[in-house]
Amino acid sequence: MTPGNIIEQARIKGLDIVGITDHNSTLHGELTSYYSTQRDVFVLCGAEVTTKEEVHCLAFFENFSKLKIFQSYIDKNLPDIPNSPDFFGDQVQIDKDLNIIYEEPRLLTSALNVNIEEVVLKVHELDGIFIPAHIDKSKNSILSQLGFIPFDLQYEALELSKFGDVDKIKKEHPYLQNCTFLRSSDAHFLEDIGTSFSIFEMETRSFEEIKMALKQQNNRKVILV
Amino acid sequence: MLNSNLYGNQMTVKDLMEALDLTLFNSETSLDREIKGGYVSDLLSDVMGFAKEGEVWVTLQTHKNVAAIASLKELACVIIVKGGKFDDDTLRHAEEEGIPMLGTKLETFEIVGKIYQLLNAKP
Repeated sequence: MTPGNIIEQARIKGLDIVGITDHNSTLHGELTSYYSTQRDVFVLCGAEVTTKEEVHCLAFFENFSKLKIFQSYIDKNLPDIPNSPDFFGDQVQIDKDLNIIYEEPRLLTSALNVNIEEVVLKVHELDGIFIPAHIDKSKNSILSQLGFIPFDLQYEALELSKFGDVDKIKKEHPYLQNCTFLRSSDAHFLEDIGTSFSIFEMETRSFEEIKMALKQQNNRKVILV
Repeated sequence: MLNSNLYGNQMTVKDLMEALDLTLFNSETSLDREIKGGYVSDLLSDVMGFAKEGEVWVTLQTHKNVAAIASLKELACVIIVKGGKFDDDTLRHAEEEGIPMLGTKLETFEIVGKIYQLLNAKP
């Protein structure tokens, strides 16, 4: 998976929007955006952060300067546990010519030293989008880690995994009746891109429009397929 | 008198605190609760599903949902391990619900071994 072939695959699968969310890293957002403009795919840049409670959450930002601020927040709060490349793989950042320009020495699957509420605050301070990830999963989801979603938690939407059953979740958690749900592929391999997707009804592809759709504002909405 | 737990010894939260030198993070209420057993998990969904009333819950989770679930399941108390600290709103919530929130410097394996021994000690 490289930024270039992710976008190529998205184009082949007919995706209009892709979210780029490496574990606790935003570093490939900018390069992926560079390829996306050539291929007419809209890229939402962000990260899949692991909170102190080991809840996986998606965070997206409107521009590279905000993305960069969030990256320093991650860097500040990522524990000093070294990566074992043989076991977890290489954590490298590449450039347009596929040269390695950076290697993250700390293990990116670690949990940050901040709780979920602190992460929400930071994301919203930067006008970002906050989405608890794959909430139906029995591992690393807000429901597995916290038992229920804290009633005062501020989020734009909740993400379901490929087979997540929204009716079952709403039945078990009636307080989620009016939330926005979206489903995405959580692709970790090229061939998984586009295997799950959601439909966004909105005027045009922009960060603000996507945010409105997630918040069900001004007749924008997200439709689960 | 018949023991209400499955173990040999009757113990209250206060007995446990004193025997294991646990730190109490909130006020001295509900310390006379009897310990009926224990549950160890950091998955709050698991605790919601399987912990039983009167058990001591040992965890390293600090989130405020810990207090909510301890109250929902009527657990005797919660112990945080490895010198951890509960979040402020966790302690606030536990205070309202009257749940003793305790701490130890020990790791889970060690503290749980000691609790198990205490509950099963031969007189």
